[in-house]
Amino acid sequence: MSKRIDKILVMSSSPTPDGVAQSENAGDGSPMIELSDVAFGYTKARQILSGVTLSVPKGKLVAVMGGSGCGKTTILRLLCGQHAATSGRVKVSGKNIDEMSRDELFSHRRRLGMLFQFGALFTDMTVFENVAFPIREHTDLPEPVLHDLVLMKLNAVGLRGAAHLKPSELSGGMARRVALARTIALDPELVLYDEPFAGLDPISLSIVGQLIRKLNDALGMTSILVTHDIMESLKIVDYIYFIADGKVVAHGDVQTIRQSSDPFVKQFVNGEPDGPVRFHYPAKPLADAFSAGRV
Amino acid sequence: MSAILGWFAGIGERTRGAIARLGFASRFFVAVVKASGSTFTRPRLLIRELYHAGVLSLVIVLMSGLFVGMVLALQGYETLVRFGATEAMGVLVALSLVRELGPVVAGLLFASRAGSAITAEIGLMKTTEQLAAMEVMAVNPIARVVAPRFWAGVISLPFLAALFSTLGIYGGYLVAVKLIGIDGGAFWGQMQAAVDWRYDVMNGVIKSVVFAFAVSLIAVLEGYDATPTAEGVSAATTRTVVTSALAILAIDFVLTVFMFRGSVNG
Repeated sequence: MSKRIDKILVMSSSPTPDGVAQSENAGDGSPMIELSDVAFGYTKARQILSGVTLSVPKGKLVAVMGGSGCGKTTILRLLCGQHAATSGRVKVSGKNIDEMSRDELFSHRRRLGMLFQFGALFTDMTVFENVAFPIREHTDLPEPVLHDLVLMKLNAVGLRGAAHLKPSELSGGMARRVALARTIALDPELVLYDEPFAGLDPISLSIVGQLIRKLNDALGMTSILVTHDIMESLKIVDYIYFIADGKVVAHGDVQTIRQSSDPFVKQFVNGEPDGPVRFHYPAKPLADAFSAGRV
Repeated sequence: MSAILGWFAGIGERTRGAIARLGFASRFFVAVVKASGSTFTRPRLLIRELYHAGVLSLVIVLMSGLFVGMVLALQGYETLVRFGATEAMGVLVALSLVRELGPVVAGLLFASRAGSAITAEIGLMKTTEQLAAMEVMAVNPIARVVAPRFWAGVISLPFLAALFSTLGIYGGYLVAVKLIGIDGGAFWGQMQAAVDWRYDVMNGVIKSVVFAFAVSLIAVLEGYDATPTAEGVSAATTRTVVTSALAILAIDFVLTVFMFRGSVNG
C-alpha cells in the first residue's frame, strides 16, 4: 500500500498540456471484466440490454459510449452487483457476480470504486469526512494515519486546501474531484466512472479527464468510463465500446475509432444529426398526431 | 355492470396493496433490527441522531406542553367550579396529560417535526444517490443511515412525552394556583393521592414507547422507499405525517381499551 501512496504523492495535480493518453500500466493482458451475451430489463416489455458482450483487460481505461438511455449506466450497475443480469454472464476477475454470496459481493465491492454522475457526496459531512468515510468503514487505521492518508488523496485531486468545506460550498468540478478522491480512497482494483464530465466547464473537464488517466496508471487500476464526451474520451482512453439499442454496435482502440467508416461511429464522433441514431422517440407521424387532436 | 366490477376490483387492488405494504414494513423492521448492532457499538452515530430528533424537538414539545396544560386548567375550571370540585384540578390536569395528552400530542408533534425531517433526509439521500454510493462502498445503508435514526426516534419520544406532561402539569399549576387562586396544597395533594404510578404513569410511558416505534418506523420506511424525485420525497414526507398521526390515534384507542378497561367497566 505504501508504494501506491508514494505514487499518488509523486503525481502532479496539474494536467499535461496535450492530454494524450499514454497507458504505462499495461497489466498482463488478462481480462478484468467480461460480459458475455448479457441481457437486462427492468420489465419484460422494456429490455435495456440484449446480448452485450465486451471485455476489459487489466490495467486499461475503457470508455463505454452511446446515446442517452442506451444502457451504459446499467452496465456499471451490473458490475457493482446492484442489478442482476436477466441472462448471460457478468464476470469480474474471473468470478461471476450473479453467483456471488452476500459476503462475496461485499468483498467484491470493497475492491471497486464508483464515481457517480453527480458525485453523490454525503452532504452532512465535510470534504475530509467524505474521503475518510470508506477508510473508516473498512479499516482500523489510527486517526493520525487516516488523517494523512485522506490529505494524500485530496492532494492527488488538488483539493487538500478544501478539506474543511462542505459539499454545498464546492463547485461542480470540485465536487466531482472530491468524489474521485473518495472513490480511490481504498486503492480499488477497478474503478467505474458514470458520466464524470457531465456539466463541467472545459477546464474542469480537462482536469478531471487527466486525473482519471493518471490515477488509472499510477495506481495500476482498471477503469470503465461511461460518457457522452467523445472528444475528451479519445484523449484519455485505451479502448472504446459503442452501445446502441442494448447492444455493442462498434468497438476499437482510439486510432480505429478515429478512422472508422461505421455510420454509427461517424455520427457519434462528428455529432451529426442524421444517421443510425434517431433523434425522435418512436411516435406516429406528426400529421396524424395533429389530426388526432393530441400530441 | 363493468363499472361495478371495476369498483370492486379497485377495492381489491387497494386492499392487496395495503397488505403488501404492511408486509414490506414488517420485513423492513426486521432488517433494521438485524442491522442495529453498529448503532450501539458506534455511539457517535446514535448521539448525532438523538440530537437531531430529540434535542431539536425540545422547544416545540416543551412549549406545546406548557400551553396545553394551561388550557386544560382553564377549561377544567369552567366545569369543576359548577360542581364545587375545583380542588380536583390537579387530578384532572395530571391524569389527562399522563394518560393521554402527553403520549399522543408529543407523538403527533414528534411525527411532524422529527419524523418528517427523517423522511426528507433519507429520501434526499436516496435521490442524490448517497445511499447507492454507500452500497457500492460495501456499506449497508440500513445499518449506517436507517438504524441510528430509527433508534434515536425510539429513545427520544418517550422522554419528550414525559417532558410534555411535566411542563403541562406545571402550566396547569400556573393557571390554577397562580392565576385562578386554587389552593396549591389541594392541587398537589389531590394529584399525589389520585395518580397511580403503575396504573397511570407507566401505562402512559408504555403508550409513548409504542408510538415511538410506530412513528420512527414509518419515518425511516417512507424515506427509504421514497420515489427518488423532488415530488417523491415531498409525497413521502406528507405520508409520514399523515400515516403517523392515524397510527398514533388508532394505536392509542386499542391500548386505552386494554389499559383502562377496568375504569370503564367501573
